[in-house]
Amino acid sequence: MTTTATSSYALETKSVIKTYQSDSGTIQAVDDVSLQVTAGEFVALVGPSGSGKTTMLSILAALLQPSSGQILLDGQDLAQISDVDRVTMRREKIGFTFQANNLVPYLSALENVELMLRLNKRLDKTGRLRARELLARLGLADRMHNLPGQMSGGQQQRVAIARALIHNPSLVLADEPTASLDTERAYQVVETFAGLIHEQKRAGIMVTHDLRMVEFVDRVLLMRDGKLVQIYSDKPEILELARGSRSQ
Amino acid sequence: MKQVFSIAGYLAIKEIWRNRGRFFLVSMVIALITLLVLFIAALGEGLGNGNREYISKLDAPIMVFQSKSDFLIQASRLGRDRLAAIRRVDGVKDAGMLGVANASLILPGNQEPMKIALLGIEPGHSGEPQVEQGNQLSTSLAQEVIIDRNTALRSKLAVNDNLTIRVTQGTRDEFFTFKIVGISEGLQFALQPSVFVPFFTWDRVRSKSEAEVNLSNPVANVILVKLDNDADINSVRQRIEGQVNNVETATLNQAIQALPGYSAQQSTLNTQGGFTLFIGVLVIGGFFQIQILQKVAQIGVLKAIGTANPIVAAASIFQIMLITMVGVAIGALFAFIFSLTFPPTVPIVFNGTTSLLAVVALLLIGPIGGLASIRYAVRIEPLKALGLS
Ligand SMILES: Nc1ncnc2c1ncn2[C@@H]1O[C@H](COP(=O)(O)OP(=O)(O)OP(=O)(O)O)[C@@H](O)[C@H]1O
Ligand SMILES: [Mg+2]
Repeated sequence: MTTTATSSYALETKSVIKTYQSDSGTIQAVDDVSLQVTAGEFVALVGPSGSGKTTMLSILAALLQPSSGQILLDGQDLAQISDVDRVTMRREKIGFTFQANNLVPYLSALENVELMLRLNKRLDKTGRLRARELLARLGLADRMHNLPGQMSGGQQQRVAIARALIHNPSLVLADEPTASLDTERAYQVVETFAGLIHEQKRAGIMVTHDLRMVEFVDRVLLMRDGKLVQIYSDKPEILELARGSRSQ
Repeated sequence: MKQVFSIAGYLAIKEIWRNRGRFFLVSMVIALITLLVLFIAALGEGLGNGNREYISKLDAPIMVFQSKSDFLIQASRLGRDRLAAIRRVDGVKDAGMLGVANASLILPGNQEPMKIALLGIEPGHSGEPQVEQGNQLSTSLAQEVIIDRNTALRSKLAVNDNLTIRVTQGTRDEFFTFKIVGISEGLQFALQPSVFVPFFTWDRVRSKSEAEVNLSNPVANVILVKLDNDADINSVRQRIEGQVNNVETATLNQAIQALPGYSAQQSTLNTQGGFTLFIGVLVIGGFFQIQILQKVAQIGVLKAIGTANPIVAAASIFQIMLITMVGVAIGALFAFIFSLTFPPTVPIVFNGTTSLLAVVALLLIGPIGGLASIRYAVRIEPLKALGLS
């Protein structure tokens, strides 16, 4: 662990830039993004296609190195640490749900959740119990021993949420968690997710192109052309945003 | 380190168990390859053994040939004068003449006569086999024979039975009858079961051309030499070649390699075995490579949630080894069961060392075949989990 800097936020980025070289020139996929998320806060990252949401999320997830800038997670700069330390950060401090193919297909729902504890050498009796409780909380009490292939998309997404939370990470990231769900299920999943993030005091960030889902978040960050162009932190304003897109 | 193996083992076993049908099929393919490789090895061992058995079990380390005979036993002719000269050479403990010929063993009833190797040896000297049952030969002239275990098994003859052979001498078929005094271990020569006859009797009863029939001076093919000290083999060979006219010497190994067809046969079978192993490498490599291509997203997720590369690699290796080991075990079991059903005339011998070597080679084809896929797995970017890059 190399750099430590003090930050009162669970997550703070300073002037993050990610550029890609391509045949048509340089692309600024993420252009000077500075943001802060506190523990217990659920944030949505929205914006049109190509605005840099997935790129930003990958950088926050310690999966992608920024071209420049700082990403402070629990005081450590993800941009400065070694590859091995990044793997450790992902395992210990970060929880994930992906858009698709979230789960290890040959592990049951419970085993998928327990895997996160296993990797962190924390799979003991209490750990097993907590995994069951969390799955039950997410309405999967009778699906614990099902393989991913035997579950619906929404059920799989909920297992992924349990896996993202079970090891008490500081930061929880979700990339399009509702992309493969119908509206009803999508609301359910995001609502439960938001509830758990608030309750367990995690910093949560969800990338979505579905503005209706921002109903459950505390803040909305709008990106365009790699830049953070607007922040909605006023709840009525956020609800307005969600409702506006619902009526469309 | 311990944690790497326990998680890797956990992932590998879970995946195999939840896809056991598919993995079992691969194991069965490996089992069939194992069966094939083991049988080719056993056939090579059986054929090689049938060819060289008598020579390889001799306790005389030097074989003396007529010079320029290219170590071909049938092409060499050595008379008694050479035997006396060899016995006088320093370091030679004993020397005995060996004559080889073919004959047909007459079996009771309407059975086809059995082709045998008729070997003339001197009782009490190098070349006479030790009997496991009955007695050694008594004199050089007696109408007695020792038969090897193969002859006994196939002809059902026993000690004290009479044995009749048919040979051609000049233009006539001649029949000779002997008493079996002893049975030795299996000592085939040129893939034929052996009958050992006292040398002078042998010279009388062997098949002969018209010109040879009236010749009185017995001639052996080669002379087998025992040493005072086996470590002196090279110096004794030099002395024999220096002091005895018109001879060349060979070690038993050289004599075996010079047996007609022996090297060609062995190298053919070795090549077949090698190719089968190579096919095994391709099959396993192909399977695991295709499997890894299907697993890119899944491995990406594992890495994204913080699974270290050594765990991913160890899980792949573990899986490949397990599948290979199960396949080889099943194949070896099949081979063993099949081998019990073969009659003794089929030249298949499961020799411990050869089979072990084949099994080790088979166990290696898994990891070698899977190498590319393991490399590939390690290089998968965790970003794949996000559907990026
Ligand atoms: N590996 C890469 N190489 C080059 N350019 C890239 C690469 N990854 C992303 N980009 C570019 O960076 C920009 C941002 O891409 P990103 O995937 O982050 O957008 P997004 O907001 O997630 O879009 P969407 O809503 O369609 O998923 C795009 O212009 C994209 O073409
Ligand atoms: Mg995206």
